[in-house]
Amino acid sequence: MMTQGQIEIQLITIVVAVACALPGTFLVLRKMAMMSDAISHAILPGIVIGFFLTHDLNSPILILAASVTGVLTVMLVEVLTKTRLFKEDAAIGLVFPILFSIGVVLIARFAGDVHLDTDAVLLGEPAFAPFDRFVIADRDLGPRSLYVMGAVGLLNALFIAGLYKELKLATFDAGLAAALGFAPMMIHYALMTLISITAVAAFDAVGAILVVALMIGPGATAYLLTDRLGWMLGISVLVGMASAISGFWLAHMLDASIAGAMATMVGFFFTGTYFLAPRHGVIAAMLRRRRNKWVFAEKMLTIHLLNHEGLAEAEQENRIAHLEEHLSWESAFARRIVKHAQDDDLVRRFDGYLELTEQGRDLARQTIVET
Amino acid sequence: MEIFQQLFTDYTLRMVAMGSATLGIVSGSLGTYAVLRGQSLLGDAISHAALPGIAIAFLLTGSKTPIVLMAGAAAAGWLATLLIMSVTQTTRIKYDSMLGITLSVFFGVGLVLLTFIQRRPEATQAGLDTFLFGQAAALVRQDVITMAALGGAALILMVIFWKELKLLSFDPEFGRTIGFPIRRLDILLTTLLVIAIVIGLQTVGVVLMSAMVVAPASAGRQWTDRLGVMVVISAALGAVAGVSGAVVSSTMRSMPTGPTIVLCMGVIVLISILLAPNRGIIWRRIRDRRNARRLRIEAVLMNLYALGLQHADPQHPHEEAVLDVMSSESGSAVPALNRLQEQGLVVRSGATQWSLTQKGLMLADRLRKERGG
Repeated sequence: MMTQGQIEIQLITIVVAVACALPGTFLVLRKMAMMSDAISHAILPGIVIGFFLTHDLNSPILILAASVTGVLTVMLVEVLTKTRLFKEDAAIGLVFPILFSIGVVLIARFAGDVHLDTDAVLLGEPAFAPFDRFVIADRDLGPRSLYVMGAVGLLNALFIAGLYKELKLATFDAGLAAALGFAPMMIHYALMTLISITAVAAFDAVGAILVVALMIGPGATAYLLTDRLGWMLGISVLVGMASAISGFWLAHMLDASIAGAMATMVGFFFTGTYFLAPRHGVIAAMLRRRRNKWVFAEKMLTIHLLNHEGLAEAEQENRIAHLEEHLSWESAFARRIVKHAQDDDLVRRFDGYLELTEQGRDLARQTIVET
Repeated sequence: MEIFQQLFTDYTLRMVAMGSATLGIVSGSLGTYAVLRGQSLLGDAISHAALPGIAIAFLLTGSKTPIVLMAGAAAAGWLATLLIMSVTQTTRIKYDSMLGITLSVFFGVGLVLLTFIQRRPEATQAGLDTFLFGQAAALVRQDVITMAALGGAALILMVIFWKELKLLSFDPEFGRTIGFPIRRLDILLTTLLVIAIVIGLQTVGVVLMSAMVVAPASAGRQWTDRLGVMVVISAALGAVAGVSGAVVSSTMRSMPTGPTIVLCMGVIVLISILLAPNRGIIWRRIRDRRNARRLRIEAVLMNLYALGLQHADPQHPHEEAVLDVMSSESGSAVPALNRLQEQGLVVRSGATQWSLTQKGLMLADRLRKERGG
């Protein structure tokens, strides 16, 4: 039996994973995955200052203040990129460590006043989340972070559902979106605001770095499995949930960090998909290449036979032994191709002599026309 | 001045300063290539990915000797880079997604391992989690020697393969055409970057190490357009940031070394983008303003010339008021006319009339031809 604490922790991690996977999918598609890394680090000074003011990590004021830092980071990166003194990736790589450092120094200097541990900010630990209860009129309604994350997840879902068409257009064809008057910049900033809010709300459970795993991993995994945006969102939510649950139990088994185990499971699902995805997976691609080799060779064979068919030299040319010379195939390879072609009912074989079937002739003619 | 004295007498401060300087030089030099090749964030992935390597090295050997942990970190960082390269080459996954996944998943695995080590009964992990933010104050002589030896080796390799790495950075396609083993050079350069990152983990930690790769080179880039000069400047700036970070963190209360070095680096970048000649923002402002003024003055000259073309005598004098109207968008023409007079291009005739001098006429003629009028 699971204890109530275990159920609550799993619920929290599931909600965090879903809230991250939704906007993260768009980061993957918009080639801005590293923005999540930048934002999740750069919000630290915002969190520290917010905490200084509210003394409550789940306070909406803190979440807003820190989210503003996230959006400012995005703007700062854009300003720096616009000076044309840096490439965008260098601008990202400059801005977030500096902001993060400011946060760390703030924590170190006001350590006495701020009960905030840098390790906790960086790493997060959902195991502590159930201790902070949401109590109204003496009634315990469950862990507070479940409500906070739930609200953020709902916000993300509503945003995506409400602006689905606009988001889709701005993501796949920003130029057209601008031409049609959809203001892709507005959508960009709205998305960045959501990413910031999500990162702030989630850092307490999973920390600044693992937020990146939950935002990018599920989206990238889904990207290997489908070409449709709707499916991609659905799959990434499922991958996020699966990582949350399996991560919890992995951590339970090893008595290790839950957040770290969730990220590990994200990696596991991504790696599995990388190998096994039906169309975009690496094994599928390998098989496709192999099959293409056979298909190509069969076509070569039928064209060769068709060329000489019915001519005087056919007796000489259309023999297995001759393929080695004419198509420069190894003799073993030639025999296997002929075997294949026989199985596919493209050629018939009499002793060493090869003759096309009607089907083989069609394939050859069709190939010649196509190419 | 006392601080300079301390730099020579205080053992800890000296070690921290020397370690940070070494780190700044090595990561500044090799970061140059990362920044130029658009791989600024690769360092971030490598440094985060080093964490599980450190944990595994400890689990396997039970040793906390820096060189052992560094070897683990390097192996993991290297593996991460190869993964990023091969996944982006074999599937539709984009480079940025792969960076994000690699850094966060490796870090997550590292965290699982660290907490696993920590919670075992014989918990002796103390010292491993310092790799998160680094612990420069704990640097001893042996650490600095290790850093200098590894970093020095990396820099020597960089110098030996100077020409090849330059080609790799600026025109890999051309390099491939003329028969350079571009892929192997890519792996070599990545390996050097991994070394630069690994030697810094103890000092600034996995989280901030990427800044040491990106920041010195980004600052150095502003001062020059030449690779050799950029490497030297970036190394020097990295060293300056390292030493000043070490000094500031030792003189001020509660300033952790790693973040302080990064902040010093931030100041250096800011100064560079403002002041660097040619590329710097202030320089660019001044140049733009000067150009705008020159164009305004030339416009008045050309107006006077255009008016002159209406007459048989191109040097026919014209009313100031007319010129004012013609250049109305940039205010009165009088300041420009005065400048032109100083240069001997126009001359005042009468109280409110101006005409071109012979020299002014020739210049205007030439300008018109240049502009294809």
